Amino acid sequence: MKKGARQLLFYLFLLALWQLIAELKIWPPYLFPTPRSVLEALRAGFTDQSFWVSLGVSTRRIALGYGLSVVLGISLGLLIATSRFLKETLGGLVVSLQSLPSLCWLPLAVLWFGLSEKAILFVVVMGSLLSVTISTELGVRHVPKIYSMAGRNLGARGLSLFVFVLLPASLPHLVSGLKQGWAFAWRSLVSGEMIFVSLGLGHLLMMGRDLNDMSQVVAVMVLIVTIGFLVDGLLFRTIEKRIHQKWGTAMPA
Amino acid sequence: MKIWTVSGARDRRIALVLDKRMSNTLEAPDLLATQKSKLSLRNVSRCFETPRGVLAALQDIHLEVREGEFLCIVGPSGCGKSTLLNLMAGLDRPTAGEVWMDGRHVDGPGTDRILIFQELGLFPWLTVRENVEFGLRMNGLAKRERRARGQHYLRLVHLSEFEESYIHQLSGGMKQRVALARALAAQPDVLLMDEPFASLDAQTRDMLHDELERIWAETGQTIVFVTHNVREAVRLGDRIVMLTFRPGRIKNQFCVQLPRPRHLEDPEVALTAREILAQLREEIHKAVEAEYQHEKRR
Repeated sequence: MKKGARQLLFYLFLLALWQLIAELKIWPPYLFPTPRSVLEALRAGFTDQSFWVSLGVSTRRIALGYGLSVVLGISLGLLIATSRFLKETLGGLVVSLQSLPSLCWLPLAVLWFGLSEKAILFVVVMGSLLSVTISTELGVRHVPKIYSMAGRNLGARGLSLFVFVLLPASLPHLVSGLKQGWAFAWRSLVSGEMIFVSLGLGHLLMMGRDLNDMSQVVAVMVLIVTIGFLVDGLLFRTIEKRIHQKWGTAMPA
Repeated sequence: MKIWTVSGARDRRIALVLDKRMSNTLEAPDLLATQKSKLSLRNVSRCFETPRGVLAALQDIHLEVREGEFLCIVGPSGCGKSTLLNLMAGLDRPTAGEVWMDGRHVDGPGTDRILIFQELGLFPWLTVRENVEFGLRMNGLAKRERRARGQHYLRLVHLSEFEESYIHQLSGGMKQRVALARALAAQPDVLLMDEPFASLDAQTRDMLHDELERIWAETGQTIVFVTHNVREAVRLGDRIVMLTFRPGRIKNQFCVQLPRPRHLEDPEVALTAREILAQLREEIHKAVEAEYQHEKRR
């Protein structure tokens, strides 16, 4: 059987199981919605534009927040990887701070920035910046010495050595960090959006809760998972595939 | 230090050789005419800090590389051959002594000296063409010029067909030729080669010897070629410098005045190699002995 067929069958089975449990009526429908009512909620959300608006708002935030994390994280990672002083000082701090769930930054963000865009952005950046930093640093540190020697030998110095040798050489490592950073950023965004009338997907989720509308809650969850899957499956898989084709290395399963 | 001319009972052979040389189509740069020093090491030593104490890799090396010369450096493994090349390339600094190039003090890498590493160091994220053009790009050459020069050198090593391939798609010999093209494209005055053909099969190595000799004759570059293979050194070199086992010192020098093009199978090459090898054997024994002692201590 083909991979796609197996996957389809699995999801159909899951859907049937869900329907079955809903039919058994162990819980009232407003606590345990049927697949059908969730589908209905999705349809309603898209027809009254509220889902589109939320998607648009959240996408803009994630693009900004994640973009910022990537740029800052890569720069910071490069600096830490090449400076012994920064490695010994900042490096340790970054690793310990990474164990902090991004939600911990929320109270701080609200106090500093109020209930605003900036607060959400801050949480998103804090959620993903550190994992990008760490993977960049690891990536650069693991670049075989021969590449930087060859680069220097051929006239690459300073910034050009970074940009044309160290960065591309650490790309296989870096991409997994970027992927992880993306997952963290996406999660932080949704939690950040729950704090106020932010119009994003997280806000929709909270609205569903406030209205006791379980179907909407599940519908938004489906949306969040779908986007996460699409970005990971389409964007990152494609990038990884291209890198592995170039390098001639095996693609991790 | 004695400079040995490989001749002896062989004076007659050399004479014969010189006669043959006249009829050679391949013109080797005349060593005796161009005595100008290109690259020189003055009392160079290099020590490394290791957990078991200070290791002297090279000690008091005094060496002049002449312009247009094909110089081979031989020695047992662990004699600091690669360290010597790194110092010449400016990728490493001597603990004592100085490296000079064209009358200027060397204190860093420069594209007038390009090193071909034993592990090659080709960039897997770039195509063959981009690899060859890398040095040109770093030196700010315009795209069109870069392309033209890159193509020229790819043709020179017969890799034009593969310019859009990635490194992992090439065979060992082809990778070697990419590294050669990448180094040549930078148009260095001195080409430094670190056991470049050690991992190749005999046929490929033979072919690359021919190509290297041809390119050297065409470009008139100075080449410093490190190898542990004496026969290869005799096949290629104008002069052979032998290093001792740790710490690496210059033990002997030999001038090879056999006609070009030479072949590994030439009886003269084999005989000459045997004479040199006889002296090298002592150093190899020392290396083996040191290895054995090391094993025993562990």
